[in-house]
Amino acid sequence: MDLWDLLSYAAWAVSVLLFLWMLIDAWGVGRKFQEDFLLSSREGEE
Amino acid sequence: MSEATTAAAGGSSGQPTRIALLKVLGPVHVWALGVGIVLVGEFMGWNFSVGKGGAYGSLIACWVVGLLYTCVAMIDSEVTSTVAAAGGQYTQAKHIVGPLMAFNVGLYLVMAYTMLEAGDALVVGDLMKAVAGEFGHADLDPRPFVVLSIAILAWLNYRGVFMTLTVNFVITAAAFLAIVILFFGVAPWEPGKVLLHKELLIDLPYGWIGVIAAMQFAMWYYLGIEGTCQAAEEVRSAGRSIPLGTMSGMITLLIAASLTWYVAAGLMPWEYLGQAITPLYDAAKLTGNGTLQVILFVGTIFSAIASANGCINDASRAWFSMGRDRYLPTWFGAVHPRYRTPYRAILFLIPIAVVFAFQAPLDQVISFSILSGLLGYTFMSLNMMKFRKQWPLGSIKRGYVHPFHPLPAIVLLVLCVATYFATFLGYGATLVAVMAFYILASAWFVFHRYKFVRRGDQFTMPWPRPKGY
Repeated sequence: MDLWDLLSYAAWAVSVLLFLWMLIDAWGVGRKFQEDFLLSSREGEE
Repeated sequence: MSEATTAAAGGSSGQPTRIALLKVLGPVHVWALGVGIVLVGEFMGWNFSVGKGGAYGSLIACWVVGLLYTCVAMIDSEVTSTVAAAGGQYTQAKHIVGPLMAFNVGLYLVMAYTMLEAGDALVVGDLMKAVAGEFGHADLDPRPFVVLSIAILAWLNYRGVFMTLTVNFVITAAAFLAIVILFFGVAPWEPGKVLLHKELLIDLPYGWIGVIAAMQFAMWYYLGIEGTCQAAEEVRSAGRSIPLGTMSGMITLLIAASLTWYVAAGLMPWEYLGQAITPLYDAAKLTGNGTLQVILFVGTIFSAIASANGCINDASRAWFSMGRDRYLPTWFGAVHPRYRTPYRAILFLIPIAVVFAFQAPLDQVISFSILSGLLGYTFMSLNMMKFRKQWPLGSIKRGYVHPFHPLPAIVLLVLCVATYFATFLGYGATLVAVMAFYILASAWFVFHRYKFVRRGDQFTMPWPRPKGY
């Protein structure tokens, strides 16, 4: 196993971590805030 | 929660009741979004137009298609300075034409940007493979680097638009600078020393039909500049920032396109240039200057990353807007309470981009993306004529008024028709497949989804009734 193999594994690992971070954060937001609030954005309003 | 907006009344305890995307962007970010998406086309892709029409044919196509995109930029600047909402052309279509057109335009945007994002990530993976090969590691699997590119950029987009487009500004400016450095590095003031235009340039190898065929690939010089509109809801002043960012972006691209052609056509015979994968990097290699080679390699990587980054930003805004208007499930219309980004749209489009990157051939992905963009430009010309007819000058406030109307709209329509013909010459089957896809999607919208759309809530701009209504 050389440096490039290690880099490949690291790339997979970092990708999975980032995807998991986003999924967990999105799930947490969904639990913490009401759906009506999250969907309350209106076009054209300041 | 402290950052959430209190735009609407009704919060009895001072708690915010509504949330919105953050208005933090300026003209520089708009420039970074538009040029960032496009500039990768200067580093690769444009040169296939040389294969179709020869070097001179490519230059003619570059300028003719440049005219097409100048019309796009002018028209977009005027309409977006008035319809300042995420979704860009989708929102314009919703206000000016109607729901079915809006659904299609929204879909063109999402498909064009998501496929381009996949293509950009593939380029990053291929470049990593090439570097590994140079260092003696043959057959590196590019897939982890493709996924990593998408993951990092999606994460950046998820965390906030200001940082996303600030990063895009830095790497896009660096990539543009790489082209300028290459131009000065080949000593253009001493013709014949490095650049061999006299020896390499020949007449049109396939005549004028070759020039027309070259138009499809000449779109690479500018494809995506219209993406600046997607920032409309997040700029501090849409009336100022969108026209300034878009028009300065278009000028940057015209300069970059001309420099790119001049350097590459003076270093490589058209037969080679027309099929090169990374023509600017190859040009740097041919100079024999190691520093230039490194600079152009970095420029190529940066341009691909900037493009993918801008594509994630734009595709998610279009998807989010369609969700917010019930053209898609409303779940997609959520805004993150802390980062104030359309986080569900960003998340949902990640696996789609990964699937495009792994399952579809690159040339098909790019052709689908280009055709989706072209359909959008065709809409813009018709939309502009309708917009000026229904809301003539003086009837609503415009941040920018483009000159010579209706000439740019007519020129745009004519050039779009010519480019469809060019695409038909090279990718007739793809053209038919794309049309079939959008017809099927339209049928799904009309027969299944339209019943969820609240027609009365669609029109959000404070405009008077259209003329003749």
